[in-house]
Amino acid sequence: MTDESSNELGKPERDELPRPVVKRRRRFSASLIWLVPALAAVIGISLIINSLLQAGPEITITFLTAEGLDAGKTPVKYKNVVIGKVDKISLSEDRSHVKVRVALEKSAKSFATDGTRFWVVRPRIGIGGVSGIDTLLSGAFIGADVGDSQTSQEDFQGLETPPAVNHNAPGRSFVLHSDDLGSIDIGSPVYYRRIQVGRVVSYRLDVDGKGVSMQIFIDGPNDKFVTTSTRFWNASGVDVSLGADGLKLNTESLATVIAGGMAFQDPAGPHDSTPAGQDAQFQLFADQGTAMAPPDGTPRYIRMRFEKSMRGLDVNAPVEFLGVKIGNVVSVRLDYDEKTQSFPLIVGAVVYPQRLGSAYDKLQALAKAQGDNPDMTQMMSRLVDHGLRAQARTGNLLTGQLYISMDFIKNTPKVAFDMNARPLMIPTAAGSFDKLQEQAAEIVDKIDKIPFEAIGNNLNQTLAGLSATLKQVNGKTLPELDTTMKGVQKTVNTAGDALSGDSPLQQNLGNTLEEVQRTARSLRVLVDYLGDHPEALIRGRRPDAKPAPSTTPTHPPQQGSKP
Amino acid sequence: MSAPEKVPALPRAADLGLIGCHVCRLVCREAPDDDGGMECPRCGSALHRRKPASYTRTWALLLAAFMMYVPANLLPIMRTASLNDVDDNTILSGVKELWVNGSGDLAVIVFVASIMVPMLKFLVLGTLLISSQRRTDWAQLQRAKLYRLVEFIGYWSMLDVFVVALLSALVRFNVLSRVEPLPGVIFFGLTVVLTMLASMSFDPRLIWDSRDSDD
Repeated sequence: MTDESSNELGKPERDELPRPVVKRRRRFSASLIWLVPALAAVIGISLIINSLLQAGPEITITFLTAEGLDAGKTPVKYKNVVIGKVDKISLSEDRSHVKVRVALEKSAKSFATDGTRFWVVRPRIGIGGVSGIDTLLSGAFIGADVGDSQTSQEDFQGLETPPAVNHNAPGRSFVLHSDDLGSIDIGSPVYYRRIQVGRVVSYRLDVDGKGVSMQIFIDGPNDKFVTTSTRFWNASGVDVSLGADGLKLNTESLATVIAGGMAFQDPAGPHDSTPAGQDAQFQLFADQGTAMAPPDGTPRYIRMRFEKSMRGLDVNAPVEFLGVKIGNVVSVRLDYDEKTQSFPLIVGAVVYPQRLGSAYDKLQALAKAQGDNPDMTQMMSRLVDHGLRAQARTGNLLTGQLYISMDFIKNTPKVAFDMNARPLMIPTAAGSFDKLQEQAAEIVDKIDKIPFEAIGNNLNQTLAGLSATLKQVNGKTLPELDTTMKGVQKTVNTAGDALSGDSPLQQNLGNTLEEVQRTARSLRVLVDYLGDHPEALIRGRRPDAKPAPSTTPTHPPQQGSKP
Repeated sequence: MSAPEKVPALPRAADLGLIGCHVCRLVCREAPDDDGGMECPRCGSALHRRKPASYTRTWALLLAAFMMYVPANLLPIMRTASLNDVDDNTILSGVKELWVNGSGDLAVIVFVASIMVPMLKFLVLGTLLISSQRRTDWAQLQRAKLYRLVEFIGYWSMLDVFVVALLSALVRFNVLSRVEPLPGVIFFGLTVVLTMLASMSFDPRLIWDSRDSDD
C-alpha cells in the first residue's frame, strides 16, 4: 500500500487517469451483516435452551466401590435404555464409600424418586449362572429400577448386587423362616415340581438372632400355586437315602447341588388351597420328608437318665415311640450321682406328641374324660406303670449310632414316676443291646476262666511225647516191622509151597493120615477085645484068640508108629 | 518499507483524489459522486476508497465467530469408539489426553492451532478494530504487521477440523474402532471460517487513517 501510494506519488501531474464509471447501483445495506452474529446468537441461545431443557435432575448414588465406573462415560440404563450418565465420581467425606453423581435425562425425571434402586451391572460369574456378560465389552453400567413413589429424592444408596426382582414384575413375594440359611443365597432358585418359578430375594437374621428370614419371589402366574397350606423345604445339595427299597438319590437340579435352592409343594390329601397372600409367612423345612410330615404341634421337653455309656448317641438322634419318630435328642449331658458315686447320663429330648397322630387325639380325649390335666403327665404316669421305658438302641450296627426308643417292656421293675418334675423324667431300661452286651461279657468272662495256658502246656508236652514216640516208631519199629513182614512173607511162601497139592508134605500127610486111620482101627479092635476080655490086661491074650497075643507086645510099636 | 514511525507525512490516495481498483489494480481519478456507485472503467468491479462498512462487517463477523467459539469448545468434537470404550472429546480434553498419554508435541501443536490461534485472532482483530476506530496513530506499523500475521495464520486453525474429517473418513472399523465427528467440530469450523472472513473484511488501510491525518 505504501508502494502504491508512492507510485501514485511518482506521477502526480498525470491528468489522463481514467475516470470511474458512475452508476447508480443498488447496494445491500451494510448493516445486513449483523444477521450473521444474530444467527450465531440464535444458534448459541438455542443450544443453551436445548441443553437446559434436556438437563434432567442430578442425583447422587453412593456405592462401596467405583469399580468399572467412569466419570462422563458410564451410562445409567433402565431396561437397557440409557436414561443418564455418570457425571462425577468422588469419595465421601469419611472415605468409606463412593459418591457417584449422575445427570439423568429430562425424560428420566421419574427416576429421581424415592424407591428407585440403582446398582452397578458388572459381569458376574456365580454358581447359579453368568450375568452381565455384555458388560465385558461395553464396560459396566448402572442399572436402575423405578419404584412407585412420587416423592422426589436426590440421594440414593446404591445396591451392591443386582436386585433379584424388578419392580412391578408379576408375582408375589413370601417370607420364609428357617433355623439357618443353609446354602441358600440371594438368587437361589425356588422350584415347584422341579420347574424354577422364583428365587430368593433377600435374607436376614431375625431380630432375636434365633432364626433366619428369607424373602422369596415367585413369578407370576406360578405364584398362585403357593397356597396357605404350602410347605417349603430346602432342596439344596443331594439327598441320599438308603432304605429298605435301596439307595435313593434325590436332587432338584444340578444347580441346587452347588448353589442351593428350595422347593415347595402342597401336602398330599385334603388341604386348604386358597392362594397365599402377599408376604405370607412360611416355615422352611430341612427336607421334603419333614416338610410333608403332618404338623408337629407344640414340642415337649423330656429327660431320660441312663446309667450306661451312651457312646453313639448324638444330638439330633431320633426318639421313637413304638417305631414312630416323635422327636429328637437335643442334649446329652453327664451328671454325677453322689449316692452311687456314678456318672449317669442325662439325655434331653424334644418330642412332638402330635406326631402320634390319632393315638394322641384318642389319648387326649381319654385324659379329658378322666379328668386328668391336659398336659398328659398323668397319662404318661399310667403308661410308665404299664411298662413304658426309654431305651437306647443301636440304629446302625456299622456305625454304632444309637437312638432312643420308647417301648412297653414286660416284667420291668416298677419305678416311681414323678409327675411334678419339669421336664418330665422318663424312666429308662437297659437296651436290648445292653443286655446282649452283658451276656456277651459273661460269656467272655467264662471263656476267660478256662486255663488256656495250662491246657496249652499240657498239650504241648503230650505232643512232644507223641513226637518222640513217633520218632521211635519211625526209626526202629518200622524197619523191624519191615523185616518181620519179610519173614512173614517167607513163611507164607513156605506155607504155600507146603500146602500145594504136589508137595511131599501133602503126600506124607496123606500117608500119615492113612496110618492114623489104620492105627485107630487097630485101637478100636484092641478096645473091643479089651471090652470083651478085660482080664487080658493082666493075663495077657488067650491063645485061642489069634490076634490077642500080639496085642501087648505090638502095642508100643503101634503107638510109636503113630507120629 | 523504510518507513519511519511518523507515517502520516506521506499522503494517501484520497488526499490526491485517486482511487484504486481492488481487482485489476487500475488507478482512477476519484469521481465526485461518492455514493458508492463507482465502477472500475476497466474491469467493472466496484470502486471504493476503503472497503465499505469494514468496521461493521468485521465487528459482526468477529462477534459471530466468538459466539461460535463458545460451543466449539464446550461441545465434544470427536467420538473415538473402540472395542470397549467410547470416548467423547472436546478440544481441550483432547489436548489433555494427548498430553497425558505422552504425545506432548502433538498436544502442543493442537493446542496452538485450535486454542491459541483463534484466541489470538480475536485479540488481534479486536485490537485492530478498536485502535483503528479510535483513529489513533499508535504503533501503526506493528499493527499492520499484526494484521499480516493474522492473515497468514488464519487458515492453520482448520487443522483440527481436518484431523476430525480425516479420521472420521479413515477410521471406520465398525466394532473395533470408530471415529465420528460430533457437533462441536461444526462450530469450530464456523469459528475459523468466520474469523477468516472477519480478517478479510477488515481493511488494513484503516490503520493509517489516523485522526490527525484525516479531516
